[in-house]
Amino acid sequence: MKIAVLSGKGGTGKTLVSVNLAAVADKGGYFDCDVEEPNGHLFLKPSLIGEEEVTSLKPVVDMDRCDGCKVCVTACVYKALAYIPGELMIFDEICHACGLCTYLCPQQALKETKRVIGTIRRGERGSLSVHTGKMRIGESTGVPIIKKLLKKLDDDLSIIDSPPGSGCLVLETIEHADYCLLVAEPTMFGAQNLALVHELTRVMNKPAGVLLNKVEDGLNPSELYAKEHDLKILASLPYDSYAALESSNAELLVERSEKYRTFFLELLKEVVDEATLAAQR
Amino acid sequence: MKQLLLLSGKGGTGKTTVATCLIQLSQAKAYADCDVDAPNLHLVLGTFENHSTKPYYDLPKAVIDPDLCTECGLCHQVCRFDAITRNPYQVIPHLCEGCTYCAHVCPSEAITLEETVAGTIELHTRGDETFSTATLKMGSGTTGLLVTEVKKQIKDKAKFAILDGSPGIGCPVIASLTGVDLALMVAEPSLSGISDLQRVIQSARQLHVPACVIVNKSDVNEELTGRIRRYCNEESIPFLGTIPYDKEAIAAINSGQSLLERGGPASEAIRAIHHKVMKELEAL
Amino acid sequence: MIIAIPAEEKSLDSVISVNFGRSPYFCIYDTEKQQSTFIDNEAAGRPGGAGVEAAQNLVNQKIDTLVAFRLGDHAAKVLSGAKIKVLKAVNLSIADNIAKVLSHSLEELNEVHPGGINKG
Repeated sequence: MKIAVLSGKGGTGKTLVSVNLAAVADKGGYFDCDVEEPNGHLFLKPSLIGEEEVTSLKPVVDMDRCDGCKVCVTACVYKALAYIPGELMIFDEICHACGLCTYLCPQQALKETKRVIGTIRRGERGSLSVHTGKMRIGESTGVPIIKKLLKKLDDDLSIIDSPPGSGCLVLETIEHADYCLLVAEPTMFGAQNLALVHELTRVMNKPAGVLLNKVEDGLNPSELYAKEHDLKILASLPYDSYAALESSNAELLVERSEKYRTFFLELLKEVVDEATLAAQR
Repeated sequence: MKQLLLLSGKGGTGKTTVATCLIQLSQAKAYADCDVDAPNLHLVLGTFENHSTKPYYDLPKAVIDPDLCTECGLCHQVCRFDAITRNPYQVIPHLCEGCTYCAHVCPSEAITLEETVAGTIELHTRGDETFSTATLKMGSGTTGLLVTEVKKQIKDKAKFAILDGSPGIGCPVIASLTGVDLALMVAEPSLSGISDLQRVIQSARQLHVPACVIVNKSDVNEELTGRIRRYCNEESIPFLGTIPYDKEAIAAINSGQSLLERGGPASEAIRAIHHKVMKELEAL
Repeated sequence: MIIAIPAEEKSLDSVISVNFGRSPYFCIYDTEKQQSTFIDNEAAGRPGGAGVEAAQNLVNQKIDTLVAFRLGDHAAKVLSGAKIKVLKAVNLSIADNIAKVLSHSLEELNEVHPGGINKG
């Protein structure tokens, strides 16, 4: 089963849930897709097995052939090219590697070569394999890194830690998921963002369920939303200053507390059961 | 017009909650939600009288005219983004990056580029107050342009404006920082929070925007709160105070009540911070 | 000398735009002819690459000096490659800044900020 953990809003506890689920499962893979700022490894502290580069293509110019016609400059919709007398400037970070300029150049002065846009680290923690993607700062998109990261998805069990938001990065992470676990906090803001990611799972036709996190007494708008929209609530975690403290220090709750170990074991079972049921439908 | 921007680096530190209180305490007449990926400010500001919207356009996306298409397959071959399906030949809009390569190669001129609305820019007013925000269509990306447009709408609408910023350090954050007078960083005492805080302070520095810092939910980890305080001292960044974790804050927000009306330790802490922020602004 | 200044409005009394890539207009001032023209900044409505396009357009206009508050690193590269001098604007009108250029009282703008789009 491939489980994506998402939240829409930042700070709801997505990573906390993902790393603790992965640690207690102690099998399969954990995939940190928050490639702009991956944090999962801080909790899991995997031993490094290998590192690989993620590359994209970039155009490179041969100025001996370039005659300054500027067809490429005009054609590039991203404005990644600029021409000043004697030099064609190419801005790799804005370039989307679409290949158009290289195709159009009447003098065939442009060629494409590889450039590094990020790295992937693979490690292990016991029987869990840990995959971390990191994007180079300044790059225009992290999608190619996520694509490469998820090539190693384990069909038996994969926990996919999605980035925040509901944009194209998140879309990429749930593309291959069998089930989406939505982590929601008990505020109006949390409910609002829960609605956004829920909509995303509907559009992508993915079965989903909710984990209510940091629950306090009183009204929980996220719980209300879930009930009103037939979204199954798999579990509820009360706010716990002990848990908050341990997590702020990047400690795994399942290692520090028997109570949490039990909780996450049960949650894992619930999630896998729900995912299996949904797959059969 | 003096502008105060709230940033955090990491998401979920409490920017919007603090921004709302500051808007109320300073009686700011102009405010904007620059976090267009996940706008929240409108949820706590009550209702407005007048509303106007305008579309926000992304790059035009390719469209294939099935009547002209001869199914030669060239477009599918050249598309690097897997955005063109075969049988029938169609563009998948959310995957299309608007590069126009397909339009250039199509021998039957069956491909045109069409304007794509990626979101909506909104302006809301009541009395002498102006609120600017935006919403993005699912799957769209935020860009500096959208944030710039949201900021433009409140320009010179009042003497003082408060901008609720977005998490991260990317282009939307850079665009929100341009031209503001003071950036208030709302930090949280966690390891991931601290590293994100340092990166966003860097961004503010590069744009010559003075920064100041507060720590929210400070009692979750006093040791890390202390670390942030020391970091600010070392870097000569004004440290304006801490806000304890307060479940009253959540209850207040959820019941639509102002945190300030409800009272409690968080409310008191924010009042004290408000005084210090206004003093910082005056000194600039 | 041909000077370019990012303008909020089409007037010599206008303030200088804090944005470069997304400034609504540019004032182009020819010191020999003592004439100013205002051009629309076509790059202003772009979701990304605004700095590069704006800089390219100014290079095409054959300016030799830019006066601005801030500049992104991509635009800066284009301008420095074309050997265009970049001076730091002061918080006065366009006309006042032009006068300061002529009296050599503006400093060079040395710091640039990171640029680039962030999609998704």
